[in-house]
Amino acid sequence: MAGDRLQGFSRIARGASTPLLLIALVALVTVSGTVILPAAKQFALTEMLVMVVIAVGISIFISNTGIISFGHIGFTCLGAYATAWMTCDPMWKSLMLRDLPSFLADSQYPPLLAILLSGVWAAFIAGIFGAAIVRLSGIAAAIATFAFLIIVSSVYSNWGDLTAGTSSIINIPTFITPPIAACFAAAAIIVGYLFRASRIGLMLRASSDDVIAAHASAIPVLRLRLLAMILSAFVAGSGGAIYAHFVGILSPDNFYLSMTFITLAMVVIGGIGSLSGAVVGVIVVTIIVQVLRLFETGVLLGSVAIKLPNGSQEVGLAIAWILFLIFRPRGILGGVELCLPARAWAHRKMLSSHLVSAADTPRS
Amino acid sequence: MSYFVQVAIDALSLGSLYALAALGLGLIFSILRLINFAHGDFITIGAYSLIVPSASATAAFFIGAWHWYAVVLAVCIVVAMFALLADNLVFRWVREATPTTLLTASFGVSYLIQNSVLLIYGARPKAIDLWPVLNSQLSVAGLRIPLLQIVTILTTLALVTVLTFFLKFTSAGIQMRAAASDFTMARYLGVRADRVIALAFGLSGVLAAVVSLLFATQTGSLSFNMGVPIALFAFVATVVGGLGSLEGSVLGGFSVGITMTLLQALLPISLRPFRDAFAFGLILLLLIFRPSGLVRASALVDRV
Repeated sequence: MAGDRLQGFSRIARGASTPLLLIALVALVTVSGTVILPAAKQFALTEMLVMVVIAVGISIFISNTGIISFGHIGFTCLGAYATAWMTCDPMWKSLMLRDLPSFLADSQYPPLLAILLSGVWAAFIAGIFGAAIVRLSGIAAAIATFAFLIIVSSVYSNWGDLTAGTSSIINIPTFITPPIAACFAAAAIIVGYLFRASRIGLMLRASSDDVIAAHASAIPVLRLRLLAMILSAFVAGSGGAIYAHFVGILSPDNFYLSMTFITLAMVVIGGIGSLSGAVVGVIVVTIIVQVLRLFETGVLLGSVAIKLPNGSQEVGLAIAWILFLIFRPRGILGGVELCLPARAWAHRKMLSSHLVSAADTPRS
Repeated sequence: MSYFVQVAIDALSLGSLYALAALGLGLIFSILRLINFAHGDFITIGAYSLIVPSASATAAFFIGAWHWYAVVLAVCIVVAMFALLADNLVFRWVREATPTTLLTASFGVSYLIQNSVLLIYGARPKAIDLWPVLNSQLSVAGLRIPLLQIVTILTTLALVTVLTFFLKFTSAGIQMRAAASDFTMARYLGVRADRVIALAFGLSGVLAAVVSLLFATQTGSLSFNMGVPIALFAFVATVVGGLGSLEGSVLGGFSVGITMTLLQALLPISLRPFRDAFAFGLILLLLIFRPSGLVRASALVDRV
């Protein structure tokens, strides 16, 4: 009996090691980045940490429901603009954003509250649109999320008196430094982990494996999917708000296909089936992008100067994405969570024996 | 009355473009379950093949300066080659993956093509003047109709007719339809899978090429992501029409074109900038009430 209890305890402890390891990874990258990188390059580090929040938000939906979403950058956009509405100088708002309701136009909210409320706003919209989207499955769901992204982008680009359109919202208070961003990333990881480890997360993953069996087991699939959508929109929306307080300037073009591609690349390359995949994906993709960016500005290798033309960064990332989909379609981590070694090994063994029957990717 | 006719012709010509693009998507989807997000970028490639590759601000015609039927032929060949290339380099390696992974892969191909175009041709849009005669107007019974709209509608009718004939009465066409309705069974019965797939990509490329010529003539400018909006609406058209059904793609294309034109004509001026938002909102509604689209493809119904 005592042994059982001990075993059960160690199982939980090892499970809980996932968020701790991920947070340790984020902390390690943050500290080493702060020490190694020159001050001028630290923005890349902060950007990466903000991306962790957004990618974890996306991953909360995709990894648990198995539905790919092209629309989450829409939530990020909602969150980013919401915080700008709440925290910008009222003088400027009365001049440029004439359609703002007075409770936003006349006052300035503390940034932390604004970030939280921005997430809530994104989650609220997710509740409305999600109710439509989660009824669909597979391709139709992916298209519907796309439709959502286009609707958000179209409204935000054209409603000039609410978003300043292409002339951008400027002077959003910026206060996101690497340590602050790392704290937000850690918070997002904990939220993502708690949801994944919860009963709801388990039921969702079961229903993404076999939706009919899930229905037959009385799992309220649609309601749970909606819940995942709302929570992930909250995280992705807060991520957008943090992004706004990081860059300080917003234009609707920031939140369209390009950011959708980058964030999805992170989630897919890291491994679409797990939270760890999203975090590792952000780090790996950021490194790929930064190295390519470095080569774009020119590098001396020995006596040979190498300079790639501008745009190589995007092309390189696209090639990396395609190569990953071909050679490692389940991503770097293959859907496994990072955890303490012994368990990771056992888990992978179990997973791989499970996958033989599921026929992962036989090639023609 | 004349206003009504004008709007109707606008709707038909816009619908024609979407129908052609949707047909190109539908051909590939019905066989491979691949929603080819890169279809829009095939359209971009077709338009850019008209000019000399360079990053300079002004565009010099390359293929575009040839005689018109040489232009049509050359652009069709170029785009079809690129479509086959995309299949050989990327899509054939992920054949067995889920439709969602396929869509993701095509999203990557799209991003790759767009940024390669950006790399080679530069980011600035380029003005071109292809077939200026088509941009003249025809006066019929007090109506002024752009010649290009008539040409677009007629081209679409002709292509759809030829394609229908091809699919119904030729051996290759019948093999394609067999593959579309049940790929595995068709292979058991001796349909050569790689040939049918190559044919589908080739035809899809030709359709994209035609769209690119019509669209480039109409807008008179080239930009690295010019094909994306057409592809997005064509996507929607295939979903509206019913994924997996070719008739549905054409029907969906025309419905989307007509809806967009009507929204443009009927929305109050202050709401017109939000036309796309309304259109995609309608699509969400349609998907909720009829998830399988207007024409239900029997091959796509999941059996338990």
